[in-house]
Amino acid sequence: MSAANGQPQSVLRFEDVSLAFDETAALDRVSFEQNAGETRVLLGASGSGKTALLKTAIGLLRPDSGRVWLLGEEITGRSEHDLFRLRSRVGVLFQEGGLFDSLTVADNVAYPLENQQVGQMATPEEIERRVEEALRFVELEHTLDKFPAELSGGMRRRVGIARAAVTEPPLVLYDSPTAGLDPITANTIVALIAKERDLKDTANLMATNRYQDGEIMANFRYNPDSGQLVPAGRASENREPGTTFMVMEGGRLVFEGSQKELEASRDPYVARFVRR
Amino acid sequence: MLDFLKQPVGEFQDFLVLSGRALKNVFRAPHYWDDVFLQMDIIGVGGLSIVTLIGFFSGLVITMQMSRSLSTYGAVDQVGPIVMVILVRELGPVLTAVMVAGRTASGIASELGSMKVSEQIDAMRALGTDPIQKLVTPRMIATAVMLPLLTIMADLIGMVGGFLIAYFTLRLTPSQYWTPAYQTLEYNDVVQGLLKPFMFAFVVSLVGCYYGMQTTGGTQGVGRSTTQAVVVACVWIFVLDALLGRIFVHMG
Repeated sequence: MSAANGQPQSVLRFEDVSLAFDETAALDRVSFEQNAGETRVLLGASGSGKTALLKTAIGLLRPDSGRVWLLGEEITGRSEHDLFRLRSRVGVLFQEGGLFDSLTVADNVAYPLENQQVGQMATPEEIERRVEEALRFVELEHTLDKFPAELSGGMRRRVGIARAAVTEPPLVLYDSPTAGLDPITANTIVALIAKERDLKDTANLMATNRYQDGEIMANFRYNPDSGQLVPAGRASENREPGTTFMVMEGGRLVFEGSQKELEASRDPYVARFVRR
Repeated sequence: MLDFLKQPVGEFQDFLVLSGRALKNVFRAPHYWDDVFLQMDIIGVGGLSIVTLIGFFSGLVITMQMSRSLSTYGAVDQVGPIVMVILVRELGPVLTAVMVAGRTASGIASELGSMKVSEQIDAMRALGTDPIQKLVTPRMIATAVMLPLLTIMADLIGMVGGFLIAYFTLRLTPSQYWTPAYQTLEYNDVVQGLLKPFMFAFVVSLVGCYYGMQTTGGTQGVGRSTTQAVVVACVWIFVLDALLGRIFVHMG
């Protein structure tokens, strides 16, 4: 780890990463670096490579060329078994939640604690306590014994967030957390993600095709006293590092910068995400 | 020139890689014994009724058909050994394996296929479990244990089916049917009759897992994988049966 010398600690770094499925490029020479505590919002139309980028970040997909560092360690070329240790320090919310149908909500949330190295020491009571805590966090503590199929789409996403965050990882990846949800539920989900970020001080990489999601992440903070999101004060409350927006088109990273820069962009593709 | 071979050869290679990893995991921790026993219950106990039913009727039908030919030689009392050999060496293993392919290979392919398209397989990998260790190896072990046992059941019930015809329509006594049937069995027959289902078990489970794990294209893809799994598993059962039969016929 390279945190000692006061430099911001890199949690995720892509260097010239390319990946193709058959003939079509899913990632085309993507490079960026994300630091600890930073929020990144990855915008892009469906099929622009957002999911591929997130999966490459934790080694679920292997790039054809280029290098990837996760939490300061290079993961390109590592064996699957080696990656398990690193992945245990990253939370992931998959597009549809990715919950295991055959397990109850409680077992789903307990899964990372039981199967990842971080949880090796955890006793059953400890696991139970942390699962309840994680589910209380997403306000679903009453669904412990339900199966994912009995839950609504929004509830499944919330369980997914609980599962991603239960090990308190320093980096959490969210793949289209609001896709296919009504606007009210979608905002609840983003609010939960912001709450998770502000209480646990995690770095976030959120892929989405809704600009509002990024707007909430960039401009609102969770206030533990009122239990609600409040507009972030201009200077005082504003976290450092703040929120960075990235836009993908056809596997290429076509924009990277702050919200202000994004809104000022004249690129017609980039502007499409802002106006609306 | 041989481009058309690329895809099937590539697929076969992927299949071998998956099989190799699944086999290697048998000797490597962690073992998910809960999943193994759950699958044994689903595959073995769940498949028992259909397999006994099929066994019963095939025994019944072979006896009926053979009795006509045998009666022209006045050798109806030989029906027991004939049914026994046909069932133990061929029909028991093959019919059971085909039934299990229809039930289990399709079940495995659709279950793993749905998990694949809903990103549960990716989630498993992201959460620190090897999906081959957790999903494929338990199903392979469970099928390898249960398919020979199901075959024994099919053989036994098939003999009972044959006996009913021999007793009620051919008027053989129980000892006229059972004693020569039992005496005709050789070591070779029994080994063949158990080795075949053991080999078929790997084909059925691994083909089901392979098509499940490589599913793409949403729910439509799951349907496609399921169909392919059953068809390919059945084809391989018959090809393997011919190969093994060739070896054992010459050994006997």
